[in-house]
Amino acid sequence: MKIIVDWNRCTGLGICESLAPGVFEVDDAGDLVLLSETVSDGDLEGVRQAVEGCPTEALRLEP
Amino acid sequence: MSGRRFVVVGASLAGLRAVEAARKSGFDGPITLIGAEPHLPYDRPPLSKAFLDGADLPAFRGEEVLRDELGAELVLGTAATALDTTAGTVHAGEREFGYDALVIATGARARTLQGTDGLRGVHTLRTRDDAQAVRRALDAGARTVVVGAGFIGSEVASAARKRGRDVTIVEALPTPLVRAVGQTMGAACAALHTRAGTDLRCGVGVEAVEGAGTVERVRLTDGTVLAADLVVAGIGAVPATGWLAGSGLTLDDGVVCDETLFTGAPGVYAAGDVARWHNPMFGRHMRLEHWTSAAEQGAVAARNALDPAVAKPYSTVPYFWSDWYGSRIQFVGVPATDEVRVVDGGPGGDHFVALYREGDRLAGALTLNGQTQIMKYRGLIARGAAWTQGLEFAGRRRSAAMERV
Ligand SMILES: Cc1cc2nc3c(=O)[nH]c(=O)nc-3n(C[C@H](O)[C@H](O)[C@H](O)COP(=O)(O)OP(=O)(O)OC[C@H]3O[C@@H](n4cnc5c(N)ncnc54)[C@H](O)[C@@H]3O)c2cc1C
Ligand code: SF4
Repeated sequence: MKIIVDWNRCTGLGICESLAPGVFEVDDAGDLVLLSETVSDGDLEGVRQAVEGCPTEALRLEP
Repeated sequence: MSGRRFVVVGASLAGLRAVEAARKSGFDGPITLIGAEPHLPYDRPPLSKAFLDGADLPAFRGEEVLRDELGAELVLGTAATALDTTAGTVHAGEREFGYDALVIATGARARTLQGTDGLRGVHTLRTRDDAQAVRRALDAGARTVVVGAGFIGSEVASAARKRGRDVTIVEALPTPLVRAVGQTMGAACAALHTRAGTDLRCGVGVEAVEGAGTVERVRLTDGTVLAADLVVAGIGAVPATGWLAGSGLTLDDGVVCDETLFTGAPGVYAAGDVARWHNPMFGRHMRLEHWTSAAEQGAVAARNALDPAVAKPYSTVPYFWSDWYGSRIQFVGVPATDEVRVVDGGPGGDHFVALYREGDRLAGALTLNGQTQIMKYRGLIARGAAWTQGLEFAGRRRSAAMERV
């Protein structure tokens, strides 16, 4: 699975980082950084929660 | 699972998430979503942020999505007025809605300034209609007085400054935000106002808001008179539980629930700003007014209401953010008072990190422009980190930052 970020929506709130810290990180400037674009099986549940938990609905998972 | 009726009262964030979670969990019975506002569910945080700057505010979901994809009957512009937990019915408008599972998600309503009823130009900021009125006044160049230096009031002041308008905040307490972030850090946040040119007056109350039909001035308890065309009251919110009087539910600053958001009445769960639930993460009851927990609780409450036999607890490290003058304030955990220590930056600057100790546990963290740090502390708190671990983590971040320089 691949993560798609809608950069026009993301405001760097970091909820994704707290749900899947191995995949998402917000940098010093407050911008989201994807640590990896493809999701390992171990991270999948956290990433699913991040997709659901993002307040701006900026995240999508694609096969 | 079909044949059972699922009713959600309150058509905002928690209510919408309840409806979505019900369908995601495979529930295929009838769903009714009852909301007092005439609008489709929409997002509130932008109301005091981008919306005041002129941005649009689309609904979370279109009407077709709610009706057709989610198959929810929408009963909007209709407040529920009573709950009968014995009969299993909700009264709203002229109708009565029977339920087998119910989620209460009526949120909170803004406290209003006493004696300002019917005075034009005086607003709270809770709903889309409120925000529209405030925005229109700002567009018209209103001289603005904000009552209450909490998060929402502060964001309104920030929006006014962004347009180059003069704005005054009147705060009754000597230091703002003491309950939310403590004394020292409340003062540190307040400094942002002064630096942005907002006239912040603390330790003074509002004596009267005066005007002939429309507000003209605000008279303060120290005798000062402030000319005003727009007064925004940001003096907190109270849980919307009025309609539950006589229902038998335990009401105590919100609907009191156990850790699964269960109210004690068969099939009845609560979620969002209206719910005071037992948060196992901190072993205490709390009622939050935060986006993240409202969204998550909506989903948990729905799943638990529809399948109580396997109800799961909702455990969380509270998180909220607030945007002032281009700076982002973020808080995770609880504002414990045993000790507050600034571990990065300084209270007077543009960036800081403060940690909150409860006993020997790391209980909370507050950052100003510390986006890259805040969620790492949330993780530590969720894992039950000791205070010393929090300090060690902060120390490592500081040395790493030094090496980079
Ligand atoms: C201006 C503003 C800015 C905010 N900014 C932030 C922020 O930056 N970060 C953050 O974390 N949180 C923020 N919040 C808080 C966040 O928006 C709330 O926590 C969230 O909206 C709670 O959702 P809810 O569904 O529980 O309740 P609400 O959003 O309050 O919705 C409750 C709904 O129920 C309806 N209702 C009430 N009584 C009845 C009844 N008897 N019958 C039927 N319907 C009823 C109400 O009309 C309302 O539509 C902000 C809130 C506001 C108002
Ligand atoms: S939760 Fe959403 S808005 Fe926040 S950083 Fe992640 S993708 Fe961006």
